[in-house]
Amino acid sequence: MIPITLTVNGEKVMRHVKPRRHLIDFLRLDLGLTGSHAGCEHGVCGACTLRVNGKIMRGCLILAASLDGAEVVTIEGLSESGEVADLQAAFVARNAAQCGFCTPGMVMTAAELLAEGGSPTRGEIREYLSGNYCRCTGYQAIVDAVEDTLRARGATP
Amino acid sequence: MNEITPASIGLSREDLPNSYIGRSVPRPNVPKLVQGRATYTDDVTLPRMLHAAFLRSPHAHAKISAIDTAPAKAVPGVIRVFTGHDLAKFCDPWVATLDHLKGMKSAPQYPLPLNRATWQGEPIVAVVAESRAAAEDGVAALQVEFEALPAQTDMETALSPGAVVIHPELGDNLVFTRTAETGDVAAAFAAAHKVVEARFVTGRHTGVTLEPRSIIADYNPADETLTVHHSTQAPHMMQGVFAKQLRMKEGDVRVICKDVGGSFGIKVHVYPDEVAVAAMARIMGRPVKFVADRFESFVSDIHARDHRLKGRLAVDAEGRVLAFDIDDLTGIGPYSVYPRTSAIEGNQVVNLCGGPYDFKNYRCTTTVVLQNKTPTCQYRAVGHPIATTVTEGLMDLAAEALGMDPVEIRRRNLIRDDAYPYTSPPGMRFEGLSHHASLNKLLEMVPLERIRADQTEARQRGVYRGIGFASFIELTNPSPFMYGIGGARISAQDGCTVRMDPDGSIVASSGVTEQGQGTEAILAQIVAHGVGVPVNRVKIITGDTQTTPYGGGTWACRGAGIGGEAALQSAIALKQQILEVAGAMLQATPETLDIAMGEITDKASGKPRMTLFELGRIVYFRGDTLPKDLQRELVQTRHFITKEYPFAFTNGIQASWVEVDPATGMVKLLEHWCVEDCGRVVNPLLVDEQVRGGIVQGIGGALYEHCVYDAEGNLLTTTLADYLVPMSAEMPEIHVGHVETPTRESLLGAKGAGEAGTAGAPAAIMNAINDALRPFKARVHEQPFTPERILRALGTIA
Amino acid sequence: MKWPAMGYARAKSLAELWSALEAHGDAGQIIAGGQTLLATLAFRLSEPGTLIDITGIAALRGISSNGQVLRLGALTLHADLCSDPLVKAHAPLLAAAAPLIAHPAIRNRGTLGGSLAYADPAAELPACMVALDATIIAASAKGERRIPAAAFFTDLLQTALAPREIIAAVEIPLTGRLGAIEEITRRSGDYAMAGLAATLALDAGRILAPRLVYFGVGKIPVFAAAAAKALEGRSLDLASISAAQQALADDLDPPHDLHGPPEMKRHLARVLTERVLLGFLNPKVQAA
Repeated sequence: MIPITLTVNGEKVMRHVKPRRHLIDFLRLDLGLTGSHAGCEHGVCGACTLRVNGKIMRGCLILAASLDGAEVVTIEGLSESGEVADLQAAFVARNAAQCGFCTPGMVMTAAELLAEGGSPTRGEIREYLSGNYCRCTGYQAIVDAVEDTLRARGATP
Repeated sequence: MNEITPASIGLSREDLPNSYIGRSVPRPNVPKLVQGRATYTDDVTLPRMLHAAFLRSPHAHAKISAIDTAPAKAVPGVIRVFTGHDLAKFCDPWVATLDHLKGMKSAPQYPLPLNRATWQGEPIVAVVAESRAAAEDGVAALQVEFEALPAQTDMETALSPGAVVIHPELGDNLVFTRTAETGDVAAAFAAAHKVVEARFVTGRHTGVTLEPRSIIADYNPADETLTVHHSTQAPHMMQGVFAKQLRMKEGDVRVICKDVGGSFGIKVHVYPDEVAVAAMARIMGRPVKFVADRFESFVSDIHARDHRLKGRLAVDAEGRVLAFDIDDLTGIGPYSVYPRTSAIEGNQVVNLCGGPYDFKNYRCTTTVVLQNKTPTCQYRAVGHPIATTVTEGLMDLAAEALGMDPVEIRRRNLIRDDAYPYTSPPGMRFEGLSHHASLNKLLEMVPLERIRADQTEARQRGVYRGIGFASFIELTNPSPFMYGIGGARISAQDGCTVRMDPDGSIVASSGVTEQGQGTEAILAQIVAHGVGVPVNRVKIITGDTQTTPYGGGTWACRGAGIGGEAALQSAIALKQQILEVAGAMLQATPETLDIAMGEITDKASGKPRMTLFELGRIVYFRGDTLPKDLQRELVQTRHFITKEYPFAFTNGIQASWVEVDPATGMVKLLEHWCVEDCGRVVNPLLVDEQVRGGIVQGIGGALYEHCVYDAEGNLLTTTLADYLVPMSAEMPEIHVGHVETPTRESLLGAKGAGEAGTAGAPAAIMNAINDALRPFKARVHEQPFTPERILRALGTIA
Repeated sequence: MKWPAMGYARAKSLAELWSALEAHGDAGQIIAGGQTLLATLAFRLSEPGTLIDITGIAALRGISSNGQVLRLGALTLHADLCSDPLVKAHAPLLAAAAPLIAHPAIRNRGTLGGSLAYADPAAELPACMVALDATIIAASAKGERRIPAAAFFTDLLQTALAPREIIAAVEIPLTGRLGAIEEITRRSGDYAMAGLAATLALDAGRILAPRLVYFGVGKIPVFAAAAAKALEGRSLDLASISAAQQALADDLDPPHDLHGPPEMKRHLARVLTERVLLGFLNPKVQAA
């Protein structure tokens, strides 16, 4: 068991973890943060996307043991912070979520695009989200929601 | 966030109460989804819960010679190991046939097989442990000896002499065959001006719900009840299945299904590993969880659409369809899947080919055979994309042979909009469709002249673009004629109970279920409309067999059409009941009163008379003040089942605009259009993205998704890096339009909308690719249309 | 599947790393970003004894230029390659290649050293290193040694690294040569069905020392010697491009994979050859 001390959604967490524990199971099973989802557990689907030390990563491709001193933000923390309340409202307004299993990862990824602060085109939004699999929507409503948020924040296409 | 008020959806008080149906009301479920606050089955943790993992067959066909469970039992954390024989003592096998599919046969299937593995990925031995990781460690430690047997993998040879008969007791590998024949097909072909023919292949693919199949079964020996938390589309059906197979009373089984991470038909079937979990929980008397991981999803979720078709079409000199003659062959794996059976997809092909067109002579045969591959069964738009691909592929070949525009040949043959009711050659009865109105609407949306000009200009530059069309019909709102008459306990009826609580809020519980389509949103709209309250005062309960009226769940696009009508009828009944009570309180006749935005009003003047909050206070807390004989139950239940037509058919047409790179064989989707007629549109916001999602699944089948097997029956595409699903970067902008032809079977008038996109997209894309390739005289008819296949069609590679 | 049971150790310095590698012997497995390694562990195809995490070793980080070479620490992230100004200025081929790797969340954690050490023949960065004639700086307890990229990739997923040796950095000569990368993928971010990373110099329209390196078409990134010979000294035009395409027949021996037969990969390589070389005629071409 490896001792780790890290910050999760602004709260200090101290745990002993097995090396075989990936970050998503650590969050879901050890901390009860079930908003991040395990969709493929081999790094492709993007359902487990979350923020580590300020950048989005795949939670299923990170050893919890390697996160001593790290700062982790999950969909729960991002939501509470209000940072993307406008994006989330746009998801609701555009019906950009159907089953919702991909949605937390999709929001985390879109949040990074928003944080980068550019003025991406719809094509660039699609490209940025292209590592996040959604089986329900045609992706269009998601692109609409991200685009609406960008425009509302003052980006010009 | 997104508080739904009359103002937020553009309504004034005067618009109400008739205004929620047809409005783009945001889904009340979405805020929890975007904040990660949903509850999927894997999010549920129960006390003393154990975890199951399965050893799966590494062979397509093998004798199970010996199982040594001892090394697995020695693994830390492993609690118990179960073999097929262990479970067979507590769990009965099932046979998936339907009586109305004449001559259909299949073999008994156990949760874990007793002696023989019949597909690579079949669950063989179960390990139950304190954690999923420990259970997998146990699986890795198991010692199972297999004796590999020859595998029957090629459907073309399944019925040949010398084929491996997968279940010797059945005599051969034939599951089902049916021919529909009307008119004089031979004479029609003999008299034809042109005959076109082609061989079509639709690639075997699978559902890839992002949330894998998930189940927690919890048996409580104290009260002898089984509670199953299940990611399913049909909780009541599964309640019956678990009870029957585990020899329990149906009333002692409860199935709870909270948020479901996508389904598309994948989660409406009985899976042996899930029944095994229920059996193990029953035996052990404690909760057992199983969540399929992605690799086992690929080999154990049902596959679909593994069809080879040979089609011929005869037309006269004016381009009128004289006859279709189609031969369909499909391989379904080693077992028909319970309880819907794996013969329905082929049967649908027979029912649906030629569907949009008015013609007399028809012959279509489906032959459904066994093979040693993952079982196939119903997946979104069952049979539709296959039938549409053949039909529309042949129509384009005929247009080309006649030198006729593909739009024109469709216009000449689509069933007239005033021709209904209409019975199609294979016997499908259409209540009312709108092919011509849909085509006209599509042509308003597609800038066809500009596209044709662009196509010509681009060809000069060596850029090859094409446009393709596909008309389609879609079967929705099934009656008992789909499954019930065949003996399956699959409800075609659905119910809704609506009640008013003391504060005037409304709770509706329904037998249809939510997997992301927005079922709960439209039920809330319908109930709000029916009772006369703001939509945010309505709460919906679905997905619990103990608290919702018995129903079929959500599949075959029945949520709105069946569940919605039950909700509407029960809401209207509750409103009548409320007005009876209000009349007594206000000394008015109920007919002079109405309910608007949660208030009793005077019908004539619209003047508010009393809030529902006040009415609730009196009914629930001061019933003593009401007349003694007044009926005051503020709860009503209604059920709905279609009676006039076996199915509510819908229709539509799609267009796809693509660019093909003849050097690389890559297809770029430029733009896509769909006009569909699902009857009354309850919520355009939801329907539009439903249709887009369906189209994108159709695009997946057309361009990307393929379960590839080697000759020995090993699945080669078992990761998301090998099995390619559609992602955002390659998807086109998709334009959706509607024509509304409400069904007269219900007050609501809604038909299904969820499968239209998937039904038509592959054919539209195929026709667009072939239009782009026309200068090369190259064509593709085998899905998915990969770069390899396009380069072969071009003769670039052999 | 869940990862197998394994050990984990962090090395905070090279000294700690060498002793950890010594202590764990053959059971020790280096992990940096883990974006490939951890995905393969989910298949349970290998069971490492102990993962030794090198992401805390400062000596393996950093991007610098000394006027002769651009030095990229092994822990350089794909995301760094996308955005770093020194990379943009001195190795624009890498800046062009990095966005082709997977997706943002992977690029934020995947490392240059990890990609090279894994040596996937369909990956972009190994091919770029060969095209750029980079030098791999390998390090072990015995010290450093320099391995030309062209000699580094030895077989399918195999490199010239010795046991208990790691990639410390790569050095890219600052030559001012032209460079370009193009690949054919089914979807954005996928491994390439076929790809080409190329560098060359143009002297009054004549091609000097072209390096055409194909990926996704063999067991290793394939340096096309015959095609290079066909181009050497000739003016860049349709005739020389055609000669290079023909010569490729001697250079490539692609395997069959899920995308198609060897013949298709050969064909796609010829298409890429034309597209990349024609691109060098475009005035917008940048230095490598």
